[in-house]
Amino acid sequence: MDWETVIGLEIHAQLATQSKIFSGSATAYGAPPNTQANLVDLAYPGVLPVLNAEAVRMAVKFGLSIGAEVARRSVFARKNYFYPDLPKGYQISQYELPVVKQGKLTVMLDDGRAMTIGVTRAHLEEDAGKSLHEGLGSASGIDLNRAGTPLLEIVSEPDMRSAKEAVAYMKKIHTLVRYLEICDGNMQEGSFRCDANVSVRPRGREKFGTRAEIKNLNSFRFVEKAINHEVARQIELLESGGTVVQETRLYDSDKDETRSMRSKEEANDYRYFPDPDLLPVHIDESFVEAVRATLPELPDEKAGRFAREFGLSAYDAGVLSASRELGAYFEALAAELGAATAHPHAAHAKLAANWVMGELSSALNRDNAEITASRIAPAQLSGLLARIVDQTISGKIAKEVFEAMWAEGKSADAIIEAKGLKQITDSGAIEGVIDAVIAANPKQLADYRSGKDKLFGFFVGQVMKATAGKANPAQLNELLKLKLGGGAHDA
Amino acid sequence: MLHTFSIGELGRNLSSGQMSSVELTRHFLDRIERLNPALNALITLTAEQALIAAAAADRRRAAGESGPLLGIPLIHKDIFCTDGVRTSCGSRMLDNFIAPYDATVVTRLKEAGAVMLGKANMDEFAMGSSNETSFYGPVKNPWDITKVPGGSSGGSAAATAARLAPFATGTDTGGSIRQPAALTGVTGVKPTYGRVSRYGMIAFASSLDQAGVFAHSAADAAIVLKAMAGFDPRDSTSIDAPVPDYPATLGEPLTGLKIGLLREFFDGLEARNTALIQDALKIYRGLGAQTVEVSLPHLPLSVPTYYVVAPAECSSNLSRFDGVRFGYRCANPTDLLDLYKRSRGEGFGAEVKRRIMTGTYVLSAGYFDAYYLKAQQVRRLITDDFRAAFAQVDLLIGPTTPTPAFAIGAKIDDPVTMYLNDIYTIGANLAGLPGLSLPCGFVDGLPMGLQLIGPHFSEAKLLNAAHRFQEATEWHRQAPRGYE
Repeated sequence: MDWETVIGLEIHAQLATQSKIFSGSATAYGAPPNTQANLVDLAYPGVLPVLNAEAVRMAVKFGLSIGAEVARRSVFARKNYFYPDLPKGYQISQYELPVVKQGKLTVMLDDGRAMTIGVTRAHLEEDAGKSLHEGLGSASGIDLNRAGTPLLEIVSEPDMRSAKEAVAYMKKIHTLVRYLEICDGNMQEGSFRCDANVSVRPRGREKFGTRAEIKNLNSFRFVEKAINHEVARQIELLESGGTVVQETRLYDSDKDETRSMRSKEEANDYRYFPDPDLLPVHIDESFVEAVRATLPELPDEKAGRFAREFGLSAYDAGVLSASRELGAYFEALAAELGAATAHPHAAHAKLAANWVMGELSSALNRDNAEITASRIAPAQLSGLLARIVDQTISGKIAKEVFEAMWAEGKSADAIIEAKGLKQITDSGAIEGVIDAVIAANPKQLADYRSGKDKLFGFFVGQVMKATAGKANPAQLNELLKLKLGGGAHDA
Repeated sequence: MLHTFSIGELGRNLSSGQMSSVELTRHFLDRIERLNPALNALITLTAEQALIAAAAADRRRAAGESGPLLGIPLIHKDIFCTDGVRTSCGSRMLDNFIAPYDATVVTRLKEAGAVMLGKANMDEFAMGSSNETSFYGPVKNPWDITKVPGGSSGGSAAATAARLAPFATGTDTGGSIRQPAALTGVTGVKPTYGRVSRYGMIAFASSLDQAGVFAHSAADAAIVLKAMAGFDPRDSTSIDAPVPDYPATLGEPLTGLKIGLLREFFDGLEARNTALIQDALKIYRGLGAQTVEVSLPHLPLSVPTYYVVAPAECSSNLSRFDGVRFGYRCANPTDLLDLYKRSRGEGFGAEVKRRIMTGTYVLSAGYFDAYYLKAQQVRRLITDDFRAAFAQVDLLIGPTTPTPAFAIGAKIDDPVTMYLNDIYTIGANLAGLPGLSLPCGFVDGLPMGLQLIGPHFSEAKLLNAAHRFQEATEWHRQAPRGYE
């Protein structure tokens, strides 16, 4: 049977506030256990939560960035269950009245297709602490540093039909929250993670199949693998006559499989009710407008502008706007290059784009570094690309210079000078080399002249070899054609 | 005789140098030592800290500071967290709990220079109307030690009635200040919800809990409330509104004051009780007030409404007592579930468990709409009834309780009868209104309370109305035999 996959994601983005959502404790990652947990976080008798306004501001910022409705009134509710890392015995979350409702965003898929995915809601809640089971013998430890850290839970519509689409959506949200500077997006530290709701149905059927929820996926790769695994499991189950049960499953990245955590029957009755310790959150128009005024240029806007201003393809524009920092690097490079060549900024934008997406990205990947930690600043890279534009060096030589710049931190000109890589543009000099090459290869000359056109490349290679790659390629082509072709006419 | 002085008189004696706070504190500590064993009103005595605090107050006064509570002793209900002092909430669950911080109420009174003598017994987690659910045993009513003092702030009420302190703090979730004040013949004030910070006050039902005061007169209560009240950034439900100078507004004439008689409060009230209220009304009319009858049609629904809302909130509020971080932990837990079950099973008493179970039930999937949501709707109707009444009258008046103090053991096995004791007090909590109970006479030798309820933030008006009554009567000056 032909099965269709249906996926919805619940993304948890840890908000980048200085303090926790309902207490004054710091939210920094990696502190010794329980050093960032005060009496409120420990749920001591008598303590009360006080809402961190910054968390609300960040949630509103997110809502505005996806064209969502910002609720004028939202309510915090208690989700009741017992667990040692949940000190109050309830999690403060938003249930019936979330702060952000009904938004959408567009993602570009690898095949160039654009797809719109609905965001049902985004709500504020507090994170739980962590249970520690290693190095404590038969005991378990509890670290409440994370308890009370603000989370924005972003719930999508079940709009995705493949793991790839789900990953593209998750990446887009990841890009967005970092653009908005509301989440550091650090997936290793758990700042950005998701639960995936996965079901399958026979293609063409309207009714959704029974879904399983895969919890706590903290990398794009795991999201893709876990969904693919789960889809295969469900299809195999259905095709062998079984039924999918509604349950929560865990993805084991070591074994690449999902396994049951608890079924619907075992699920907690969370007994949600409005938290009487917190007043409803009222957001007025002026607050919304003040937040709107802080919105940066958003990824889609930036990509559109790159395409428009620099004549880049939609793909290139999308890649270069994937983060604010990358976009800023590219723009700085294009501007520097424009100034260095006294050409309009857009004139060599494609060259700049190719270098950022090509050599620079590879070098960063190799070093596992962010663009902000690039060892070559835009002005330096512009210095290199300007030498390509003015034909001092060829693109091929430029790659060699780039590697030297990356390694030594010197300017392009200094390296070109020191290594004698300057391109030969003197026609007389190139002619001299061509003559010598022709003289040394009479057989190849004869073959070429008898019609073996492919040997043209051989002669180019020989000349380049003799000039250590420094002959200007365009001039070389022209002169070589003249010398070889001239002979052919004689024949 | 010092224990019969008003706070104002004590203040004058302290400032004139007639006596020191240390002497005053010693006087009350002696009384507590002598009289408390028969009453069980205090469960923690902080004599040493009290004398240190009193000496500090004396130094502050010597340095030129003044203030109506500087050096005045008090007793805190054991629901308020007190830094370094056991804060048990009347429960085995917190019998070993030394609070690491002060509740805002405690801080404010400390800053005003008041001297804590100890902590008062109470119904476990403030759940009870007789102070019989305390892990530390029942409190006896000083008017008759075979009778209950009311609850949940029974220890604070009995201690105030027995003149073990000039005043005591309490909390009122469904009547827990007003009912025991009535049954022990003292003045008790439950302020508007949000008037006094709940920070550091161990939560029973967050949307209903409010801290207040027990004193020997409305004038004394006015002084204390002024010090306790005010916005607290650590309590999101506290109200950021200026605190009136309650003592300064006492004595204003009642001419033209419109007092509403709550018809629903008199249905089925015993004739002798009704007569006491009628006598009180005569006094008010003599002071220039007008009395009219008003009806709050939904008020009879307040008890069932309360017994859905309060348990729902408490079932969640008490989840933090899980044996993990503080408080009682069962011996040798075999696993996590066993730790939870036995710590809570052994740490909580029967009434607390009953309410946690009731609350868990009314919040459960499938029952939420029928109970919790319905109760919230009725709560709104009751609030609207009050609002409509206050469009016609300035204050509402009625009895605080249906009967005087009942015998210890008489109702403890019949929760519904026990719950009905709060029938007149619960409405003000559901609507968040301020209420006050003041002594208005005796039935069978036991004190009865007159209840005043006002619109939100009308504490000044309530205190003044009570004060004018107390200027015209002597009921509040009566002390139980042996405690004069």
